[in-house]
Amino acid sequence: MDPLVAIVGASQTKFEPDKSYESIIETVFNVVMEAMADAGVNRDEVDNIVTSSVDLWDGRTASNQMLTEVVGAIMKSESRVAGDGLGAALQGIMAILAGVSKVTLVVSQCRGSMGVQNEISNWVFDPIYQQTLGLDYLSAGALQANYFMSQFGISQIDCAQVVVKNLREAQNNPYAQVKREITVDEVMNSPMWAYPIKEMDIAPISDGACAVILASQEKAKVLSIKPVWILGVGSCLDSHYLGDRDLAGGDALIMASKKAYHMAGITNPLEELDVAEVTAAFSYQELLWTELLGFCKRGEGANMLKTGMTSLGGALPVNPSGGMMAGNPITVAGLTRLVEAVLQVRGEAGQRQVKGVRRALAHGTTGCCGQGQYVMIVGD
Amino acid sequence: MGRKVAIIGTGQTKHCSSREDVNEMELIYEAATAALKDAEMTIKDIDAVVLANMELFEGRALPDMWCGEGAGGFMKHAFKISTGGTSGTSGAISGYYHVASGLFDKVMVVGFEKHSEGNASSGMALTDPFWDRHIAAAAIGNFALSVSEYMADRGVTEEQSAKVAVKARRNACNNPHAHLQMPDLTVKEVLESPVLAYPIRRLEMCPQSDGACAIIFASEEIAKKRCPRPAWVRAAVTRHDHIYLGEVKKRLTIMRSLREAAKVAYDIVGIKEPLKEFDVAEIYDPLTYAEIAWYEALGFCKDGEGGKLIDDGITLMSGELPVNPSGGVISTNPVGASGTIRVAEGALQIHGRGGKRQVPDVNLVLVTGYGVYCWSDLLILSSRPG
Repeated sequence: MDPLVAIVGASQTKFEPDKSYESIIETVFNVVMEAMADAGVNRDEVDNIVTSSVDLWDGRTASNQMLTEVVGAIMKSESRVAGDGLGAALQGIMAILAGVSKVTLVVSQCRGSMGVQNEISNWVFDPIYQQTLGLDYLSAGALQANYFMSQFGISQIDCAQVVVKNLREAQNNPYAQVKREITVDEVMNSPMWAYPIKEMDIAPISDGACAVILASQEKAKVLSIKPVWILGVGSCLDSHYLGDRDLAGGDALIMASKKAYHMAGITNPLEELDVAEVTAAFSYQELLWTELLGFCKRGEGANMLKTGMTSLGGALPVNPSGGMMAGNPITVAGLTRLVEAVLQVRGEAGQRQVKGVRRALAHGTTGCCGQGQYVMIVGD
Repeated sequence: MGRKVAIIGTGQTKHCSSREDVNEMELIYEAATAALKDAEMTIKDIDAVVLANMELFEGRALPDMWCGEGAGGFMKHAFKISTGGTSGTSGAISGYYHVASGLFDKVMVVGFEKHSEGNASSGMALTDPFWDRHIAAAAIGNFALSVSEYMADRGVTEEQSAKVAVKARRNACNNPHAHLQMPDLTVKEVLESPVLAYPIRRLEMCPQSDGACAIIFASEEIAKKRCPRPAWVRAAVTRHDHIYLGEVKKRLTIMRSLREAAKVAYDIVGIKEPLKEFDVAEIYDPLTYAEIAWYEALGFCKDGEGGKLIDDGITLMSGELPVNPSGGVISTNPVGASGTIRVAEGALQIHGRGGKRQVPDVNLVLVTGYGVYCWSDLLILSSRPG
């Protein structure tokens, strides 16, 4: 079947530790204007808007209401997915497939600098058992890291190499917040935050936004921009309680990717995908996700990295943008992966461009330790 | 174009001021299992789950992570829609998209709120923090301003407002799920209830409730197979606006988002005389005065005649167009669920499962959602797929 929905515009802000020199509204306005300019569409042509943001991070109820004007939603349809930006993209895709929209703007924004991250992420846990234990994304991540690493013989050095790769690649990404040549030793010597996760294994706290413009097949064909087609989507939610999950596994990501691959007609992701952008807030997660996405056998993620397969120029580059290690705020990370995937398919990724990209994967996750998982495949 | 979609099952908790016996996930589970029973399904039949809620009321981040399992979202696609008061209707519209898109066949939408676990006034701190919030932050203060303006502009009286309260709380007695059921309430009692912020009195305002409501959306093939009288979604329209406090006239008096949504939806279905053509309406009435304002915005009458509609009993259960047989938001208000309840109550009127609140021979139903003082969702449900 011909793909029915295309991405015709994409934009992202520069990601920074603190954007308080401008308001959230200004940040979003700029990123929306850039996406529309990229697509060559005007406000009148956008008939539907989906935003992604989370009230607790914004410190304000129904926080998307501050964006109504700047996303151009006056007297238009707007909805918000309170979670990862890829969920908002999925909502937009469904609106177009449902025939209620021809052009949908999807915007995701978050300011990590505005809140205390470990407290907010503590409030993600159920208030009866896990929240009262003091779990947050970091401590829960440490549990997952320990279990995953012990199950498959992954070392802290293996994880450190993820950081080295991503910050090296990030030097090619003008939007990256953190980018520099570092060594494994530097990562290993950075302060231990929650064993085995060290300061440099953690994605930085970041502010920023990104946007994509989706169009129906009919509309995409009349726009001058080269459309990037949505070939497959998958989404899955795992159990909330950590004890109920196989933390070294990840059925939700296996399920989500299976769905997306099936839809896109992909049977061998390593061969059929040209680049992947994955959302990993901790270094160990990139190894875990690449295994669960089926790029290699279980436990082989670190080997894949060591042999350079996931570096720029390798068989399947993972996060040539630097990924989340280069800095994306938490709920914006997934949609940023999609923006990067689009740039790769268009051949417009500048110095981080992978050669000859025809199909790219974007991965997003929400909740703790990959409880909610999104996978999208885009291609030319 | 998208596929045809129908609502084939609904389920609700008994809504009340505090459900100390259950946590949020268990509350959702009650509504979800009731909806599955209503649709004669099991959770295995459901492909995806949409949750709707205003998380700042309970102070939880990403509550869909914890509560998704309560709606049977385990190992399925599940996410949360959050658009203020419209969350429940926006969640339902998302559920409609899920099925109409062809990506999913059977989708569960659950709206929920547990107001007893939070502080609604601080949770309502949604207005602009620089210009508006220190003048009027939560719902009552904001409504006091817009209601005063609306009364002056349209000549709506305090007695007319009180009549809406009486209608709502009496209708609620026929609804086993409703929170405030007051069979003997009188206009006099409403007018004698304490003034919260002039001109709004306590009995004219919606309560804060604990509750959840679930709806099951299905594709045409499944709906026809599984439901004797599916409620087909004929139109689902959202319109947003942005209004600063100084433009208070735009809230109740003008309310262009609802007028525009109605115009668009009526055009889709071909409705010319809403008062005559709809058999029942479930509209989101955060307080009595808003219900009268919505009569006008929805074209049930001309501007300035909303009060007369309630005086003449047109919107009573016995009237030409019963509005809110359920008792409405004035009787029951778990915010994230309030919109979902409107959709569910509209659908069950078509299903013919309204019990004592059933309006006879329902074929066409209007449902609205309201949020953030100027956002509107509007759905039209029909016994005919169209």
